[in-house]
Amino acid sequence: MLIQVLFYVFAAILVVAALGVITSRNPVYSALALVLCFVTAAAIWLLLEAEFLAVVLVLVYVGAVMVLFLFVVMMLDINLERLREGFTRFAWLGWVTALAVIFEIVAVVWARGNRGLGLDTSHGGTPTPADYSNTLELGKLLYTRYAYPLELAAMLLLVAIVAAITLTLRHRAGYKQQDISAQVAVRPQQRLRVVKMDPEPRA
Amino acid sequence: MLKSLTTRWMALPDYAQATAWILAITVALIILVALLTLWERKVIGWMQLRRGPNRVRIFGLLPGVGQPFADVFKLLLKEVVIPANANKLLFRLAPMIALVPAFAAWAVIPLSPTVVVSRADAGLLYLLSLTSMGVYGIIIAGWAANSKYAFLGAMRSAAQMVAYEIAMGFALVGVLMATGSMNLGRIVETQSGGFLSWNWFWLFPLFMVYFISGIAETNRAPFDVAEGESEIVAGFHVEYSGMAFALFFLAEYANMILISTLTAVFFFGGWQAPFAGYPVLGDTFLGRPGFGWLFLKAFVLVFLFLWFRATFPRYRYDQIMRLGWKALIPVTLVWIAVEMIMAVYRIGPWARPWYQ
Repeated sequence: MLIQVLFYVFAAILVVAALGVITSRNPVYSALALVLCFVTAAAIWLLLEAEFLAVVLVLVYVGAVMVLFLFVVMMLDINLERLREGFTRFAWLGWVTALAVIFEIVAVVWARGNRGLGLDTSHGGTPTPADYSNTLELGKLLYTRYAYPLELAAMLLLVAIVAAITLTLRHRAGYKQQDISAQVAVRPQQRLRVVKMDPEPRA
Repeated sequence: MLKSLTTRWMALPDYAQATAWILAITVALIILVALLTLWERKVIGWMQLRRGPNRVRIFGLLPGVGQPFADVFKLLLKEVVIPANANKLLFRLAPMIALVPAFAAWAVIPLSPTVVVSRADAGLLYLLSLTSMGVYGIIIAGWAANSKYAFLGAMRSAAQMVAYEIAMGFALVGVLMATGSMNLGRIVETQSGGFLSWNWFWLFPLFMVYFISGIAETNRAPFDVAEGESEIVAGFHVEYSGMAFALFFLAEYANMILISTLTAVFFFGGWQAPFAGYPVLGDTFLGRPGFGWLFLKAFVLVFLFLWFRATFPRYRYDQIMRLGWKALIPVTLVWIAVEMIMAVYRIGPWARPWYQ
């Protein structure tokens, strides 16, 4: 009972926050609403006993990705009037996409045995025992049965990182850079000259 | 009397006990933060051959101890000035966002063999995700204040936090490998058997990386470029005054205590006693586990924070980035590889019974 109530509370917050992402005029508000979306989605996953996924969602998306998003959005001086211009012109496209997504979700839920949209059937109804570790089970699966796909995905990400850096790396003329090893290797004699002087004679 | 109280306490339902502990921890933490600000000023004063605060007394005794409480009342009574062009909602919200993760993290920390608010299985991940959320308070504060200094501080802080979180996470991967659990209670239990069985011995490089990253994550000297009072006035909280500023202050010091306690839990055996299981010393109080040991370890580590602040000059920004990405992360990666070898040959933590 409590879980149902919590689910509907979190789901309501999630929907409102998601609407906030696309309707708010200020891009910083949009990004913050997206953060709220992720956190509430993580809460819903916690209710489904997917604790590892929930925590990783917060850790990766809220802790790193959205921080960088905010970083960029805050740095850009976005012209809000210009941003709003195309909104009504492309609204029909948004509606079509939204309807398609809703149709897909309903179709999937319908196909899975016509059991309704309630939470009661979401994880078979039987809670897992107290010593069940979601993380441990996931780790076992990932590193035994799915070891090769996992390594492939890791390689793909590495290639993507290297590619992204090589695409943006440009050596401009007159580009100034710190040479750290040269800085560390500096000796006092190179920077400092001790001048010996006779003291001024007493007047 | 005491016995009836104990039985009545045991009869309380789980949620009531947890709520009582949450209240107790929160209040204790706030008082500890107040005393820590005093301790910091005293310690740094002594290191610089000054006396530190020594005027405000409590009941005419203990010169200086009343100082933090006097400061709190001063800040409470001051006006919170909101700049004309600031984003008013976010400006008010930011200090609270900064404060919440610092307190929420205490939910999974085992304070003594029996006392922990939540025995969450993914406690370590929970901590990582909470500490990574602390940066939002700073970024939002810096942006909402509509001041270039505040904004510069926020940008610096964002990049710094993201960089050091990775090193911190990798150091914790090493702890996870050595203890075989993400439950903080279990992590402490597996380090049983005297101070040489604690993780610091076999994971010394990871301890260094974790503590340095912890200092960077809390934006303390020598990594305090987000505030950088000699460069950007006071960084992200330059426009804050009164209680709104006090909340940032509270968050920073609560985070210091948190990072020190976590280092004690991960690398110094939490509530484990230093001589547990030793022939003669193990029979005295030196062999008895309890909250006192955790407190003592955290106290020493907090002292390191103060010591560093009094000793080191501030890092330049590019040096901070270089240290994080090019020094700390490679160290953790190498040590994780070393741990793999130790696991194969059953050395150190891997000679324990949990690892079959």
